[in-house]
Amino acid sequence: MTETEPKEFVASIDSDSRRTPVRVAFVTRRTSPQVRTHDDPYVMTFPEVLFRAATAVEALLLALALLSLFWDAPLEGLADPMQTPNPAKAPWYFLGLQELLHYFPPIVGGVLIPTLVVLALIVIPYFGINIETEGFWLKEPKKRMRALAIVVAALSVFLIVFEVWSVLVPTILIAGIMLLGASPAANSGFRKWLRMKPLSFWIMSWFLTVAIILTVIGTFFRGAGWALVWPWEA
Amino acid sequence: MPGLIDDIAGLRNSRVWRSVFRSGSGESNLHRSLAVQQNVFLHLASVKVRRRVLKFSATWYLGTLSLGCFLILITTGILLMLYYHPSVPQAYADMKDLQFVVSAGVFLRNLHRWSAHAMVLLVFAHLFKVFYRGAYRPPREFNWVIGVVLLMLTLFLSYTGYLLPWDQLAFWAITVGSNILAAVPVLGAKIRFLILGGHTVNANALLRFYVLHCVILPLVTVLFVAIHFWRIRKDGGLYVKEKTDDRN
Repeated sequence: MTETEPKEFVASIDSDSRRTPVRVAFVTRRTSPQVRTHDDPYVMTFPEVLFRAATAVEALLLALALLSLFWDAPLEGLADPMQTPNPAKAPWYFLGLQELLHYFPPIVGGVLIPTLVVLALIVIPYFGINIETEGFWLKEPKKRMRALAIVVAALSVFLIVFEVWSVLVPTILIAGIMLLGASPAANSGFRKWLRMKPLSFWIMSWFLTVAIILTVIGTFFRGAGWALVWPWEA
Repeated sequence: MPGLIDDIAGLRNSRVWRSVFRSGSGESNLHRSLAVQQNVFLHLASVKVRRRVLKFSATWYLGTLSLGCFLILITTGILLMLYYHPSVPQAYADMKDLQFVVSAGVFLRNLHRWSAHAMVLLVFAHLFKVFYRGAYRPPREFNWVIGVVLLMLTLFLSYTGYLLPWDQLAFWAITVGSNILAAVPVLGAKIRFLILGGHTVNANALLRFYVLHCVILPLVTVLFVAIHFWRIRKDGGLYVKEKTDDRN
């Protein structure tokens, strides 16, 4: 073995791979696939995952086809701009919004709130509050109790001013359920489960509950003039 | 049976088959990987996944089912387009033809409509399920954003489709919805004019909604669905809780 001069490598830029066959691969953290090592068992996508997906979709198709055999899509009379039905309702997924319009001026119920909801959904993963998984009451419980009280009180005043009882009731109810987990004595069963839930869980659950309640009221409990009615009276 | 299986394997190793699908048949994991990698649609997904994400409780298959609805909607939608004219009042007459003239026309329209409602419901459910699992957290944050975009697209698709039957239900639902738009400060009335092609819901609105519903929105949705699936692979596969205890 003889000592030789150390070879010099030069990283040059050239698109002709025959002239400069040397390639340097830079694997930066940003663009590399996220890989974590663990000892989980793996299954092959083909055929196992594809088979399951196909089965799920077929079951769905079967269910929807059965539904379509026995339940007809609604079709009313020809559209007539001169004849306004009372009430005129949007599709069901917008009825929560239409319900809000009943309480708030259009700029709040129709523009501000939906815009805020969409923005809030988009930014969820970029806020630490949503990435934390620690229970809300585990740190600084007294300070957090004060913050919760202030937020719920402010929200309640706002809702009372506009007389939105259908949002006020679930808001107070959920704050009450939150409080069940506040005490350090809550260390077993359901109360412990509540205690371990992070703030993001509570905010989303509040949003989901309110959205469902408003949609159900708008769909089933609103009749002529957007007055409250029983579903069987509509 | 063994004869049949051999025949299928022989077919899959034939020159013609391989010219189409590139990978031949085989039982090995290499062949199974190639079957996914070498297919323009399947390559969006990874070749293998953790067994735990396949459990029903992990995802409830809500994403898969949303895609299933979308596929049913494309199929039934294309068939419905064959019987539909986006003009007033012919659009409504076409609904009546579906009811009384076209074979299985009612079934076709029912399937399209119920699948549309199911898709809205499933996409919402998918969003909440992902949230409660914490699957939106880094490195999957951007795929969450794409998911929110897909939710919006689903709502727009459903909403634009709602007008097409041109019955009282359709007309007034769109009127109510578009009046909300008018509440946007400064630009409200202009945005509504742009979308409706007029100050009220009319024949122009029907045509615009038709183009949005049948061409623009489906294409955009397909694009975002592709990105959404591809990002699952890039972000390290579907989220599963790291094993910290024995409960999973």
